[in-house]
Amino acid sequence: MLFLELFWTFFKIGLFGFGGGYAMLSMIQGEVVTSHHWLTTSQFADIVAISQSTPGPIGINSATYAGYVSVVNEGYSAAMGVVGSLVATVAVVLPSFLLVLLVLSVLRRYWEHPAAKTVFAALRPTVVGLLLAAVLVLMTKDNFGSPAEDMWQFGISIFLFVAAFVGTQFFKVSPIRMILLCALAGLLLYY
Amino acid sequence: MNFYLQGFLTFLKIGLFTIGGGYAMIPLIEREVVERRQWLSREDFLDLMSLSQALPGVFAVNFSIYIGHRLRGLRGSLALTAGIVLPSFVIILLVAMFFSAFADNRVVEAIFRGVRPAVVALIAVPCIKLGKSAHITLANVWFPIAIALLIALLGISPVYIIIAVALGAFAYGKFLQ
Repeated sequence: MLFLELFWTFFKIGLFGFGGGYAMLSMIQGEVVTSHHWLTTSQFADIVAISQSTPGPIGINSATYAGYVSVVNEGYSAAMGVVGSLVATVAVVLPSFLLVLLVLSVLRRYWEHPAAKTVFAALRPTVVGLLLAAVLVLMTKDNFGSPAEDMWQFGISIFLFVAAFVGTQFFKVSPIRMILLCALAGLLLYY
Repeated sequence: MNFYLQGFLTFLKIGLFTIGGGYAMIPLIEREVVERRQWLSREDFLDLMSLSQALPGVFAVNFSIYIGHRLRGLRGSLALTAGIVLPSFVIILLVAMFFSAFADNRVVEAIFRGVRPAVVALIAVPCIKLGKSAHITLANVWFPIAIALLIALLGISPVYIIIAVALGAFAYGKFLQ
């Protein structure tokens, strides 16, 4: 049952997605791309690009997008796709509501407990690892092309990757502007 | 105006005008909630913010739930969360519909062929910032790298990694006591 599976998958993402934003990406990728095959790696990269250039948190954006696309890919109508995105979006938000109630009633007392502190201290570097994994998993032939098939595309991809990294990390170019520039480069070079 | 409606509209506006994910919303939420509406003191704002960051889930959603709960209980949380989620839900839904119709279009394909490598770089950039704030040095950098390899090469789900690390750290913390 696709809708139930969507709900459960995004519920898990909401429940275990520590670190917010980008750090949730590898969780979403692991579930939606690697284990369920609802999206391809390229589609996933496209969602990240779209999320960067539209309003809203990336966790919500990818739930909404994956909910729609996975249902439509299974052969359902666009209307059912809307139901799919609603299911996924509610599912990713729901654990937060449950946790808030839990935290305000019970966990607050244990918040300063040494064991709780050790857990959070260990999760912080873990989240960095998750983010690094998202980078590695996205470095595929789908996203970069392959040097054996098309040296020209592969070279351009490597150049755009390096330019985007250096531009945002060292020259503080905003991510949206970076995406727009690379979109223009893609249009000029590939069309 | 009724608080719930005002809260909903305020967070709708924040959700609509921040591009680039949850953390980009922090200054806007601060301006609206602390300075303009004076619903919270700056100290309360920072407290709720660190709580929202420590817990799993979408940061902006956690933050809205906490602020709403502090102000008006569960119904307050629902009003603010609906406001923050609605704009991105509607916009992404429209994009998804448009995109699944035009994904095979040559112009769209050319654009995204240029964009995909850049996206990978944009995800790599926060690794550095996040690594610094998590106190990662040459001595402990093996840990995030090992985790990244477990996920990327062995295909282990990040969910299990999070559970394993949390349980391990909990046991270690108990052991230290």
